[in-house]
Amino acid sequence: MFRYILRRLLQMVLAFFGTTLIVYALTFAGQGDPIQALAGERPVTPAQRAYLTEKYNLDQTGVGGFFYRYFDYVKDLLQGNLGESLTGRSIGDILQQAWPVTVRLALIALAVAIIFGVTAGVLAGIRRASIFDNSTLVLTLLVLGIPTIVLAPLAQYFLGVKWQLFPPTAGSDPTFYALLLPGIVLGSLSLATALRLTRASVAENLRADYVRTARSKGLVKRRIVVVHVLRNSLIPVVTFLGVELGNLMSGAIITEGVFNIPGVGFNLFRGIRTEDGPLVVGIVSVLVVVYLVSNLVVDVLYAVLDPRIRYE
Amino acid sequence: MSDFETVAATENQAARRGPSGEPGTPNQVGAANKPRSLAGDAWRDLRRNPIFWISLALVVIFTLMALLPGVFTANSPNDCLLSRQHAGPSGGAIFGYDFQGCDTYSRAVYGTRASLLVGALAALGTGIIALVIGMLAGYFGRWVDAVLSRVIDVVLGIPLLLAAIVLLKRVSSDSQWARIGAVVFVLALLGWTTAARVVRSSVITAKEQDYVAAARMLGAGNSRIMWRHILPNSLAPAIVVLTIALGSFIAAEATLSFLGIGLKAPTISWGQDIDTGRIHMREAATPLIVPSAFLALTVLAFIMLGDAIRDAFDPKLR
Repeated sequence: MFRYILRRLLQMVLAFFGTTLIVYALTFAGQGDPIQALAGERPVTPAQRAYLTEKYNLDQTGVGGFFYRYFDYVKDLLQGNLGESLTGRSIGDILQQAWPVTVRLALIALAVAIIFGVTAGVLAGIRRASIFDNSTLVLTLLVLGIPTIVLAPLAQYFLGVKWQLFPPTAGSDPTFYALLLPGIVLGSLSLATALRLTRASVAENLRADYVRTARSKGLVKRRIVVVHVLRNSLIPVVTFLGVELGNLMSGAIITEGVFNIPGVGFNLFRGIRTEDGPLVVGIVSVLVVVYLVSNLVVDVLYAVLDPRIRYE
Repeated sequence: MSDFETVAATENQAARRGPSGEPGTPNQVGAANKPRSLAGDAWRDLRRNPIFWISLALVVIFTLMALLPGVFTANSPNDCLLSRQHAGPSGGAIFGYDFQGCDTYSRAVYGTRASLLVGALAALGTGIIALVIGMLAGYFGRWVDAVLSRVIDVVLGIPLLLAAIVLLKRVSSDSQWARIGAVVFVLALLGWTTAARVVRSSVITAKEQDYVAAARMLGAGNSRIMWRHILPNSLAPAIVVLTIALGSFIAAEATLSFLGIGLKAPTISWGQDIDTGRIHMREAATPLIVPSAFLALTVLAFIMLGDAIRDAFDPKLR
């Protein structure tokens, strides 16, 4: 177990440095004279130039200097110091305001996935090859195949604008009701995945020896399913939903953008639109860390729940 | 985007890991009492699968549309008049006109080319990277495999959309081909991992076969064995994965164009048109719905085609 966690941790550290290095190299390095870029058209006095050079370690040149500044960037990132957006707001402040909204949206999406996905998955797994099973399979394939950029605007148009069942946009301080439709759209992908996973896992466990033993003991079917099969089948589903929470928090760019929800994804969406480089880089860096950490936590959780994983 | 691959991978795993596992369906015995090959069996299954035929028909239609858009619509997608902004259907424009006064249907038809081109090129690039890396890792094993597998793990850990945003922000050129090339490059760079794993595992199976041992005894070198004996046998599973990947690449390209960092005008792409249609949905809905439907159908067609073929070749999944 210890070895597994260690290996996984090393992998994450590699992925972290790999990704941040790419992010850094592509956005900050090699843009000509960064001090003049900062000042724009105005002239820069030698004193200012010396101050900025000192502050950002710009006198270090070559590969060594590049890594010097890269580690500065990583240090700032780890300390939560993300700089300012082009509009002059601190990116840390923007994120602080945006996180609660994004987390609420992600939790709604997750609840949708659990309530509908897992229930339907269990039913489909038990009644394998039935009409219910086949139709849910086709339906999930549809949901998995339709991109969010199609699903979100169409849901907004039909359910929000045309039939007016839900508020079409959320606005600055969204209520639960306003977040419900975006939550369903965001959760539909996880719903489909959770459904398929549950179905496969339930169907697999129904064939297991311990189920045959339970049946030959004369237990009623409901008890076999609830006590024996479900407990074993939900392990992969629980871990999947864990990864998904991380994904949902970092992957809500389109949904939040379309429904005007002032979360993290929306700010990234707006940053891309307004070409606000520092904002995009700051948010992407933070989201990458969230993504990597949530993946790590879930992998370890998985290994705790299912010993077979540890001995790969 | 990668969700579909995640499901497939996990289901695969679940099927393989099955504790005792059902003995696979016994080979159906044909009329002539001749045992069928796996391919024959798969083809028999496929022929009866309506999803296979529907998705194949859609793929053919969209491919034709990409090659010869003029056959499907008489109107030019760039013939735009602001005076007929959001006007209703008329004269060949069966879905009316969009915000710029362009023919909605014609734009959707002409948008097929960029989407399919990006999808196909990205799948091709992915395929080449995956074949090289998967082949090296699977064939040589040992430390080569260890290093390459860790590389795969690390790349798999990079979130595709976020990385693509950063990479594409760097591309300042607005020329048509530069943008297409950039999107293809980014998608291929980030999307090859699943296919590489598939190739690796099929190469590992193939290299243990007797015909490989026979070739080696006849004095064939590593490169000849890889190229002539192992490659043809590990190509089929890779092609299936790549078909599904092609669908996801088309969706990814549309998402990037939707965000405004993928393809840009004058290239006509569904992602951009969906974004414009979305902004003006209160005035007119067809400019949103038509490209959305085209995009969804194309992506679905490729994903379902790949899924149907894989199911047919892997009876354990049933």
